[in-house]
Amino acid sequence: MEAFTTHTGRAVPLRRSNVDTDQIIPAHWLKKITRDGFEDGLFEAWRKDPDFITNRPERAGATVLVAGPDFGTGSSREHAVWALQNFGFKAVISSRFADIFRGNSLKNGLLTVVLPQETVDRLWELTEADPAAEVTVDLVARQVRAAGIEAEFELDDNARWRLLEGLDDISLTLQNEADIAAYESARPAFKPRTIRA
Amino acid sequence: MGRTLAEKVWDDHVVRRAEGEPDLLFIDLHLLHEVTSPQAFDGLRQAGRKVRRLDLTIATEDHNTPTLDIDKPIADPVSRAQLETLRKNCAEFGVRLHPLGDVEQGVVHVVGPQLGLTQPGTTVVCGDSHTSTHGAFGALAFGIGTSQVEHVLATQTLPMARPKTMAITVTGELAEGVTAKDLILAIIAKIGTGGGQGYVIEYRGEAVEKLSMEARMTICNMSIEAGARAGMIAPDQTTFDYLKGRDHAPAGEDWDAAVAYWKTLRTDDDAVFDAEVVIDGASLSPFVTWGTNPGQGAPLSANVPDPASYEDASERHAAEKALEYMGLTAGQPLRDIRVDTVFVGSCTNGRIEDLRAVAGVIKGRKVADGVRMLVVPGSVRVALQAVEEGLDRVFKEAGAEWRHAGCSMCLGMNPDQLAPGERSASTSNRNFEGRQGKGGRTHLVSPQVAAATAVLGHLASPADLSDAHATAGV
Ligand code: SF4
Repeated sequence: MEAFTTHTGRAVPLRRSNVDTDQIIPAHWLKKITRDGFEDGLFEAWRKDPDFITNRPERAGATVLVAGPDFGTGSSREHAVWALQNFGFKAVISSRFADIFRGNSLKNGLLTVVLPQETVDRLWELTEADPAAEVTVDLVARQVRAAGIEAEFELDDNARWRLLEGLDDISLTLQNEADIAAYESARPAFKPRTIRA
Repeated sequence: MGRTLAEKVWDDHVVRRAEGEPDLLFIDLHLLHEVTSPQAFDGLRQAGRKVRRLDLTIATEDHNTPTLDIDKPIADPVSRAQLETLRKNCAEFGVRLHPLGDVEQGVVHVVGPQLGLTQPGTTVVCGDSHTSTHGAFGALAFGIGTSQVEHVLATQTLPMARPKTMAITVTGELAEGVTAKDLILAIIAKIGTGGGQGYVIEYRGEAVEKLSMEARMTICNMSIEAGARAGMIAPDQTTFDYLKGRDHAPAGEDWDAAVAYWKTLRTDDDAVFDAEVVIDGASLSPFVTWGTNPGQGAPLSANVPDPASYEDASERHAAEKALEYMGLTAGQPLRDIRVDTVFVGSCTNGRIEDLRAVAGVIKGRKVADGVRMLVVPGSVRVALQAVEEGLDRVFKEAGAEWRHAGCSMCLGMNPDQLAPGERSASTSNRNFEGRQGKGGRTHLVSPQVAAATAVLGHLASPADLSDAHATAGV
């Protein structure tokens, strides 16, 4: 995983709540068997509208998505995270994320930042008024900064450390091989098995 | 202090706990399907890793599978490639797979319980958000993303932050004609699509205890639509009776040991939940959705709400957008909404009791002119049982289409889709924009409401049917 320390870029203000993963990447895109090539599927239905925010020329190359509450609800598809990344987003800001989406994003190095809705409102106003306004998402300082806005955000130390270092979860877990083996040898015999011994 | 059911199961699976780190949890059962696994197997391959516990892993094909002509090659080359990839991966890594055409094939969340693999006090994961279904057995069951699928394949564990716990107590008894689906839709409408966020919900109370295993699965299935990490119901005699004798249920001495353990899986009297919600079960009536998220629902007897009645600006905006997408007007009676399609199926309501309920309503009646009704069993076993009971004939005689098992129009990854502007009454779990096909409009309903709606052509419950509809036109 690519490490995330700090990122500065222009923003896409997305004034919608409950953006579910079916909107982020519709099901027919889920037939792909790779992790890349999902950029054209991002918000596919909404992008048919030439006025949809990501279609406007002044938003081209923006890397920070500022969305309404309950972003990423619905299906567990990690493709939603890949689509956002393939499209070029490095961070998503919202007042509330669905749990599975948040977990998926952090595992892929897409930083999801929770800020109070008032701050999201101010970011919307700022970046709507000035599409060139830059937003900095600083994981080292746990801060979001933009003209006239400085907001702290929380992220637990462990998740932050893994992001900052770009660490692979599986390798970390496998360092605990002895613990896993000990647990396995103590499991009761009645636990289900898919293949009979 | 006592512990909740969720805390007990959690504690029993902690492989490693360290200050400032998420707990490392052991996973008892890992379910796979074709959509969220290819990139995970690829990751294993690139890192030169194996599947750690093949005996705790099982795969089935469901999302992409056609429900017609299953003996012919799959027409869509992309769907075909995805299924072939699963077959190749399972063969290469040695994973047990039930492919299309196999008697154990079906929707992953229908297959696990029916094989007896889903058991009380286990941890169950799958790269699918409706894994919450398995919580009906008192299992801790989480939907996970593809990176986590790879993690479980490689280590049989998952690092996870301890969730908070919420009790939803349903008092009283559900009235005649009110189902588990109505109950869960009412719960989501009450607590909202984000209401369960960060929580494992335990459903309890008289109304829940009286439910069958299948009805309990319907409830837990939709926990994710309230944003919850998982949903659970404490195991009891109903659970044990369901499991006894199933293929992978414990037998002999193991059965006794298992039941002794399962009986300990109840929330202690002095345990404290982080949040509590109480619902008056006796006051509920059939419930349907009018909007584009599962929280936008109302009793069937109500009218389409007026967005202006919402105080919260973002809810108001969401309601306005939903009505526009759904092509509905505020104040319109929900019963007046006409549909072109009725879908019966999915991991929410595609089990045998659901099919029996639909057949019970539709028997001797006809699907209304201009309405297409699809009945898609959740698994091949469900289909076989339905055929044995003659339900397939009831559906066909009524003019419904009896299809092969799979996810089908629940998400329209196969050819079963709504056309733009088409409207369905669907027993599935998501009414998101375009979920059942681009531009399609979905109303979530119970199997009974689906059946009555098919007969009348507009949203309706069995109570709206009179004898005049019986054998009309025959
Ligand atoms: S039936 Fe629907 S909700 Fe269930 S696993 Fe299939 S697509 Fe997902």
